[in-house]
Amino acid sequence: MLKVVHYINQFFGQIGGEDKADTPPLVKEGPVGPGLALQQALGDQGKVVATIICGDSYFNEHVDEALAEILRMVEQYQPDLFVAGPAFFAGRYGIACATVCKAVQEKFGIPVVTGMYPENPGVDLCKKDVYVIKTGDSAAQMKDAITKMVKLALKMVNKEEIGTPEEEGYIPRGIRKNYFAQERASKRAVDMLVKKLKGEPYSTELPMPEFDRVPPAPAVKDLSKALVALVTSGGIVPKGNPDHIESSSASKFGKYDLEGIVALSSETHQTAHGGYDPVYANENPNRVLPVDVMRELEKEGKIGKLHRYYYATVGNGTPVAKAQQYGQAIAKELKDAGVQAVILTST
Amino acid sequence: MKLELGNIFIKDVIFSNETKVVDGVLHVNKEAIIEALMQDPRLAKVDIDLAKPGEEVRIIPVKDVIEPRVKVSGPGGVFPGFISKVSTVGSGRTHVLKNTAVVTTGTIVGFQEGIIDMSGEGAKYTPFSKTLNIVIVCEPVEGLPKHEHEEVVRLAGLRAAALIGEAGRNVEPDEVKVYETLPLFESVKKYPGLPRVGYVYQLQSQGLLHDTYVYGVDAKKILPTFMYPTEPMDGAIVSGNCVSACDKNPTYVHQNNPVIEDLYERHGKDYNFVGVIITNENVTLADKERSSDYTAKLVEYLGLDAVIINEEGFGNPDTDLIMNCKKISEKGIKTVLITDEYAGRDGQSQSLADVDKTADAVVSVGNANEIVHLPPMKKVIGDPKAANVIAGGFEGALAPDGSITVELQAITASTSEVGFGTLAAKGY
Amino acid sequence: MVKELERAGLPTVHICTIVPISKTVGANRIVPAVAIPHPLGNPELSKEDEKALRRKILEKALEALQTDIDTQTVFEWQ
Repeated sequence: MLKVVHYINQFFGQIGGEDKADTPPLVKEGPVGPGLALQQALGDQGKVVATIICGDSYFNEHVDEALAEILRMVEQYQPDLFVAGPAFFAGRYGIACATVCKAVQEKFGIPVVTGMYPENPGVDLCKKDVYVIKTGDSAAQMKDAITKMVKLALKMVNKEEIGTPEEEGYIPRGIRKNYFAQERASKRAVDMLVKKLKGEPYSTELPMPEFDRVPPAPAVKDLSKALVALVTSGGIVPKGNPDHIESSSASKFGKYDLEGIVALSSETHQTAHGGYDPVYANENPNRVLPVDVMRELEKEGKIGKLHRYYYATVGNGTPVAKAQQYGQAIAKELKDAGVQAVILTST
Repeated sequence: MKLELGNIFIKDVIFSNETKVVDGVLHVNKEAIIEALMQDPRLAKVDIDLAKPGEEVRIIPVKDVIEPRVKVSGPGGVFPGFISKVSTVGSGRTHVLKNTAVVTTGTIVGFQEGIIDMSGEGAKYTPFSKTLNIVIVCEPVEGLPKHEHEEVVRLAGLRAAALIGEAGRNVEPDEVKVYETLPLFESVKKYPGLPRVGYVYQLQSQGLLHDTYVYGVDAKKILPTFMYPTEPMDGAIVSGNCVSACDKNPTYVHQNNPVIEDLYERHGKDYNFVGVIITNENVTLADKERSSDYTAKLVEYLGLDAVIINEEGFGNPDTDLIMNCKKISEKGIKTVLITDEYAGRDGQSQSLADVDKTADAVVSVGNANEIVHLPPMKKVIGDPKAANVIAGGFEGALAPDGSITVELQAITASTSEVGFGTLAAKGY
Repeated sequence: MVKELERAGLPTVHICTIVPISKTVGANRIVPAVAIPHPLGNPELSKEDEKALRRKILEKALEALQTDIDTQTVFEWQ
């Protein structure tokens, strides 16, 4: 029989309401509150061996301590499965469930599952890593939520294939997978068009993603004293492409020395980018990476200095997540080198 | 405009001393075709090989795939502007050597093209594992500039297809399919109660190995324009692109555009399919704004109620797709989009470079970043080393045993954005 | 990529042709470029004119880096 540990907050743990939200983590043997429904849904396939209860305020105000304590408690019981919540629309509770689930999954490598209302802020924290069953916004839907959570959890434990969000009832994790459909895509498009024309329901095969935003970094006060770096996603590399940066879906970025180079030329540099006509960039690489004019601006004192190294990758078919990784790595190196501003060119 | 496509179902293809069709078997006179192609002084060497479904054969790198056809009656000839003189096609009768394809290959250093496997894992993804392929291996003379090199190989493919297609001229087709579109006002008069739908056909037009031609005109130089659906079906659009071959339309796909075929299926029943608007995907923002403005204007001017829009390619053409969608939607006209995705090898990245909330009806033809393992093949036509440099390939993609690990994007027409295949992607 | 540089506190100007994509992915300081195959050049111009064009774009980029902004801003030079 599976050993299951359940995480809930002070309210569902029957300790008290908002006035008890600062309760530090504690553990009780067996199921408590919603744990009874959990035990019922598990039937004879599993046993809720322990319930960990923590106040929502305490968790959110002392994340590190609370998490360490909770992980220690989980470890004591060596569970096969970890269940948190459901947290419905309770924001702090959701954040706690998300944080705990991620940590338990990472540390113990066991299946974890939680449940939340889609607008709970905890969802975005963990949906990429953890299955979050989509619930209503209040505890009235407890039984339904627990039933789905258990069904999915047992599939994970038994290593069965997990179906789509619609089939299993979890919030989409944003992972795209290929499959062969019944009909060719042109036929699917025509069918969708007819439904849309008739006002009948249809479902898009690709919901529009949302991109996050970063607040603008403050302006550079005095560029004439600043160290400025060049970065490009246009694939300008030294002739011969020494790092073999791929023409599409680049798996790496390159860092190249500009010391002593007054201008790029077709003898010294080329593009590795496969997404555009390479003739113009190969003829004069300054058209993509403007070293020639940057040197002039440096000489005239418009900028303090051009950074000795430039960074290049190929932004063609390169997944956003990869581009993010490269961006972070390049940002770190540039900051460590004392660079104060960046000019990034794209094709 | 009414087009009759006479399909001659070919069961097998063999080399012979005459190019002809006998009892459903296509005979190809290899020497005669090579000799005809070598008339182009820019070609140093041409060879012809055959690749059939189920064989352990790999064709790499693939430049274009073309269906051999012959114009039997009606105005114009095959590939107007290239092989035949410029003349409007799309009416009369055209014979098709069904189940066959001319495939062009040959090393083009520094360029990147696709893979066709005739069996194994890769064969599942490309429609051209199911055709009897006549493969033209082209080697241009040394020192030919890249743009000319592309042109030489493009023309060689079209010429070979025309020469082979000629074999179908006097053969009684096994089936005749009729497609007809009336002039706009007559069509609206004939189907007064039906909503009017159109097809916005985006053509890749980004420069070398990313170009498409319409009646011989480079599509980057066109303003969006209106066409009878039977014109592209009859060879008015020719491919000059193959980089990231998964979502580029070879000429064969233009000749057999499935959006046009499937729109015809329900024409006169669920809607009135009035026509096709072709537009491009250029490299400057001004061009993109102009073309999408123009496209939306034509859609409105023609009084359409809904359109299907397809992308060709990915990255910056995502913007063309989204601009078209947004500008057409803002006029109160319904849209359905077809695109592929670049969601990363793990499927966790955002799929498109540009998005908009009006894009609420999208058909996905798959994540082109997914990895596929292609087993070694007994025979490779072309140059296997291309796997290391083609788009979707990477250094080390070609293993010593001849197997190849690549992203789907390297496989010809695997994520065809005119919806040629059944591949799709869904969210987990 | 541009977003990660800014996230790290490095003011970054993105010179790119397809401004809508730059906006969608979240660049803050954007300078429009000439064309995808030659963002900072134009092969139809003479060498001198082309370099002057490149300089004009870069001077605009420097201006962008020295301008405090609250929201995504496109710095036009055309």
